[in-house]
This record gives sequence, C-alpha cells and structure tokens, in this order.
Amino acid sequence: MSAEFDITETLDVKGASCPMPVVKTKSAIDDLVEGEVLEVLATDPGSMSDIDGWASGTEGVELVDQEEGDDVYRHYVRKTE
Amino acid sequence: MSTDTPDAPTDEAPSRAELAARVDELEEALAAATDEDDDKKMSIIATKGTLDMAYPPLILASTAAAFDYEVTVFHTFWGLDILHEERSKDLKLSSVGNPNMPVPNAVAALPGMDRVTTKMMERRIEDNDTASIKELIETSLEMGVEFQACQMTIDLMDYDEDDFYDGVTTGVGAATALQDMADADIQLLV
Repeated sequence: MSAEFDITETLDVKGASCPMPVVKTKSAIDDLVEGEVLEVLATDPGSMSDIDGWASGTEGVELVDQEEGDDVYRHYVRKTE
Repeated sequence: MSTDTPDAPTDEAPSRAELAARVDELEEALAAATDEDDDKKMSIIATKGTLDMAYPPLILASTAAAFDYEVTVFHTFWGLDILHEERSKDLKLSSVGNPNMPVPNAVAALPGMDRVTTKMMERRIEDNDTASIKELIETSLEMGVEFQACQMTIDLMDYDEDDFYDGVTTGVGAATALQDMADADIQLLV
C-alpha cells in the first residue's frame, strides 16, 4: 500500500453488517480533529458503496482511499473540518 | 411606442436610500432562508411492529443520523412495539401472507408456525451479525435520533411511559408528526 497519509485511528467493524459500518465510522470520525485520517476495516461487501455514498453526502469528511482485500475492505476517511 | 410615456422619473419612484434599505432587507431574508436549509431533516412514521418491518425505519434513522440529518421517528399503532423495551425483544415474523415463505399458506396458518418462522429469522439475524433491534435503537439514540411514542397508541394499548427505552419522547400526537414532516427534506411512512 502506497499511503500518502498517516492513519490516526483504526476502526474494526469486521463482521458487522448494514448499517453499522457507516454508523460506527461516523461516530469514530466525530472523535478525530481536522486533517486526521480514520482507517475502517470491514467485511461487509456493501461497505464499499455505502462508505463512499456516506462520505459524498456528508460535510466535513472526505474518502481518500478504498481497498478491496481478500477478506477485508479497507476505507480511509479524512476529517476535513 | 406611445408618446405620452413619461421619460423623467416621477415623484413616486423610490429614492436611492429606499432602494438600499430594500436590498438590505432582501439580503437578510436570503441569509435566513439559506441558514435554514443547512439543517437536513428526515421524518419517518413507523406503523408496523413485525420483526421484518421494524428494521427499515431503524436502519434508515441511524444511517440518516450518520449523514448529519436531524431525524424524528414517530411510532404509532403496532410500530410503537419497536420502542417498548420488553415487546421489542419479542417481535414476530408472520408466516402467512408472504408468498416468499418456504411453506404454503395453508401450512403456515397452523398454530405455532409464526414461532417457527420467527425463530428461523432470529437465527439468521444472529448468524449474519445483523444488529439487533435493541442495538439499533440504542445506537440511534446515541446519535441523536428522536424516537416519539404516539400518545394515543400508548393509551389505546394501555402501555406505561416507563415501558419504553430511556430517551424516548412520549406525549406527542399527529400534529407533532405533521409539523416534523412539513419541516423535513425526507418523509417516509413505513
């Protein structure tokens, strides 16, 4: 992985299904400060579309990267304000 | 073009100062209108209390809260059971009236079949790590979702205010729900 950002926190929502990956991501990002990046580890295939959609529709967050691994989907969300 | 159209401004034309005041007034009104639009709102009316129909309002409410929506869910009739702490743990899935069920309706109508299909669904929910009703309610409350218990239904079902999850709003009626819907960007009846 060629990360151009530092990961501040990692949220493990492996096993959880809709709506929990998005809901827990939101709660975790609220605890960060501007500029910090949250890494989210999920096994829900729907999280790829859902976290993308959530980040697009929510102010103050930006999806910086998503990776589809063998078993785990990784999402990187930056708090922008 | 008529020749009697006056070219020079008449005495009734607004002065510069009056125009400037009017511009200020409109700018203030625009700022107020724009401010109001910043608050995204969703209003859901939850009317069903079966296990399968309890999920959609809770999933949408918690997800909308994650999108920074101000969410109110007005629970009325059987939908009120979702907020009832004891009854919410025992919501049932009907085996009749659903052609997607693996058994014909004639068999599904036999005594005890609802219990069988409910157990089957509960096992699937557990195996799939799908959130429980209790978990979704508690998470939604933490995220600021306002759950409202219809007062008329509380009285009709002879429930007590203490029967509901902590944080549930009681003492509200249709007018409250209607006002929330009027203010909301998204309105849903489930």
